Amino acid sequence: MTELGSQSAADRPAVPAEREPVAVLEGITREYRMGDEIVRALDSFSFSFAKGDYWSIMGSSGSGKSTLLNILGCIDRPSDGSYRIRGRDVVTMDDDALSTFRGKELGFVFQSYNLIPQLDVIENILVPVMYQEVVPEGIEERAQALAERVGLGGRLHHRPMQLSGGQQQRVAIARSLINDPALILADEATGNLDSKTASEILELFDELHAEGKTILLVTHEPDVGERSEKVLQLKDGNIESVYDNRSGAAS
Amino acid sequence: MRGSAFLRAFRLGISSLLLHKLRSFLTTLGVLFGVASVIAMLAVGEGASAEAQDQIRRLGSRNVILRSVEPPQTGDENAEMRVLSYGLTRDDFDRIEATFPAVGRAVPVLQTPAEVRQGEDVCRPRVLCTPWTYQDVTRRDLFAGRFLTEIDEETRALVCVLGYEVARFLFPFESSIGQRVKVGEHYLEVVGVLGSRLPTGSIATDPSSEAGGEVFLPLSTGRAFFGERQTEIRSGSMDVQEVQLHEIIVEAERDIDVELVAAACREMLRREHDDKDYEVIVPLELLARAAETKRIFNIVLGSIAGISLLVGGIGIMNVMLATVTERTREIGIRRALGAKRKHIVTQFLVETMVLSGAGGLLGVGIGLLIPWIVERTAQLETIVTPAAPILALGISVLVGVVFGLYPAWRAATMDPVEALRHE
Ligand SMILES: Nc1ncnc2c1ncn2[C@@H]1O[C@H](COP(=O)(O)OP(=O)(O)OP(=O)(O)O)[C@@H](O)[C@H]1O
Ligand SMILES: [Mg+2]
Repeated sequence: MTELGSQSAADRPAVPAEREPVAVLEGITREYRMGDEIVRALDSFSFSFAKGDYWSIMGSSGSGKSTLLNILGCIDRPSDGSYRIRGRDVVTMDDDALSTFRGKELGFVFQSYNLIPQLDVIENILVPVMYQEVVPEGIEERAQALAERVGLGGRLHHRPMQLSGGQQQRVAIARSLINDPALILADEATGNLDSKTASEILELFDELHAEGKTILLVTHEPDVGERSEKVLQLKDGNIESVYDNRSGAAS
Repeated sequence: MRGSAFLRAFRLGISSLLLHKLRSFLTTLGVLFGVASVIAMLAVGEGASAEAQDQIRRLGSRNVILRSVEPPQTGDENAEMRVLSYGLTRDDFDRIEATFPAVGRAVPVLQTPAEVRQGEDVCRPRVLCTPWTYQDVTRRDLFAGRFLTEIDEETRALVCVLGYEVARFLFPFESSIGQRVKVGEHYLEVVGVLGSRLPTGSIATDPSSEAGGEVFLPLSTGRAFFGERQTEIRSGSMDVQEVQLHEIIVEAERDIDVELVAAACREMLRREHDDKDYEVIVPLELLARAAETKRIFNIVLGSIAGISLLVGGIGIMNVMLATVTERTREIGIRRALGAKRKHIVTQFLVETMVLSGAGGLLGVGIGLLIPWIVERTAQLETIVTPAAPILALGISVLVGVVFGLYPAWRAATMDPVEALRHE
């Protein structure tokens, strides 16, 4: 398997004792105003996601999973609280800076794949590069390597319409990796797929985790949650429990 | 890669538009017809006004033309024979020539309704009896032979000069010079042919007076043969008119004297004539009036063009608003993946500009084709000024920008989360 991340296996601790924090949230509150009523989707949520973590975010419907992921992904802004990614305060960034930041530091995988229909596989993988001010050398080769990596080397010029759901999701994962982001965010990434295809996608996540990528996966399926490293259980906009699949320890 | 950013946006715009080929095509139609009609109308209008100005200029911009006009009919309409005496007189001519300041030359013209014959062929051109100065003052080109001379005038020579159309009609296969034609009851020798006054390229061979057919003979010869009574048989009744001079062409000494001469002529004729049996034509004034007409025409045309382009623009805006709504999710994806608002604005603006630009280009093509067809089928002169297609194309792209701005702004200010949730 090709190593595509900036990290090499050498500078990553084999058994992460104390991992460096990547995303740090403090007192994040997100309120929606519905007429006179105020809905608190997140209520003073504080947490720190560390480099190399592979989290499942679980919880009943309406517990705030998507809201949290949107804020983590900087496509939504919290009503209150602070949020730093790799030490950079993203709450105070203006729209342009935040847009560029998203493209560079965040990778998205959506439930409904969300590829752009008029672009082919390789062009879709390159979309996050398109909007960056500085384009890295050899990015096209990198996009091609990523396509091969997710098993679509033979379909570089297919349009999304010509691909199956699983294949589309693979393109989306390749796309999320193109800029080697700090966080990979997936909201119900396997929700639209049959169990076999879903498990193939989850294998891909396992591989990325093994390479040291930081992955946050929203799901409501317990067997998906079990495959991750740790589980963050939400309830009513805050943490209900945190569970480590490896040690079996809850906290 | 950075330099090709616009090119990429352009390519993307085209591929997005090609997703809905029919819709994109129909959208361009609005602009297409707007632009095409602007260019076509401008070309036809320009051609018409150029032709009008050309005709006026052919009368001589330094000339003032005095013409006899039959006054409104009085007396018994049904009389068997009427003698109607009116128009410019020899005295008028003498006064103008002898006493007016600033007059260079004055040329009298007597017209006679005689038939012109050559063997079996008969035609009724304008038969103009006039001195040798006529050609010079009216700036007519000689096609062959020579024009009338001073000696012709003094000797009452039995000669005539044909207009091009008459020459073509009477002598289609041979030179008319040296041939004899019968004007009324008199045989005259053809000594020259004047060039046609019709626009170059048009093929008119009709030698009638209405179509511009002409025959010239010396004034002295004409007076001796036909006198100043023009007898014409009209629907059974004999119609006799007595006109001393049908036309006096007065040439001002210098360009700036034209108005002075015109005013003096008007004043003199007003004093000397009880009836309004004359008219004064000042080509220079007509030119000014033609220019004013053209200006108004252009304003009207501009308004029509503006309205049609506005309609086209609204059509584009309508479609782009629908497109933006339809592609809300794509906008959300792009925003999530790093697109700034300005990138989204650019994307949609490029799309509208491609739409309107394509409409504009096609419109220019069709707009250039229409005058070409009109010129060939309707025998109308058309002029396509280089500015017209450039202007039309520029405006169509501008329409794209103006009407694309709002949909693009709508797209760019969408909330990414909402946009991603859009079905
Ligand atoms: N745009 C919005 N306007 C108003 N309320 C909202 C909005 N988005 C979310 N909410 C509310 O915030 C709360 C959390 O919503 P969220 O989408 O984060 O839940 P979730 O955990 O993702 O649920 P599911 O498992 O159904 O996707 C819910 O009560 C929801 O009604
Ligand atoms: Mg959700």
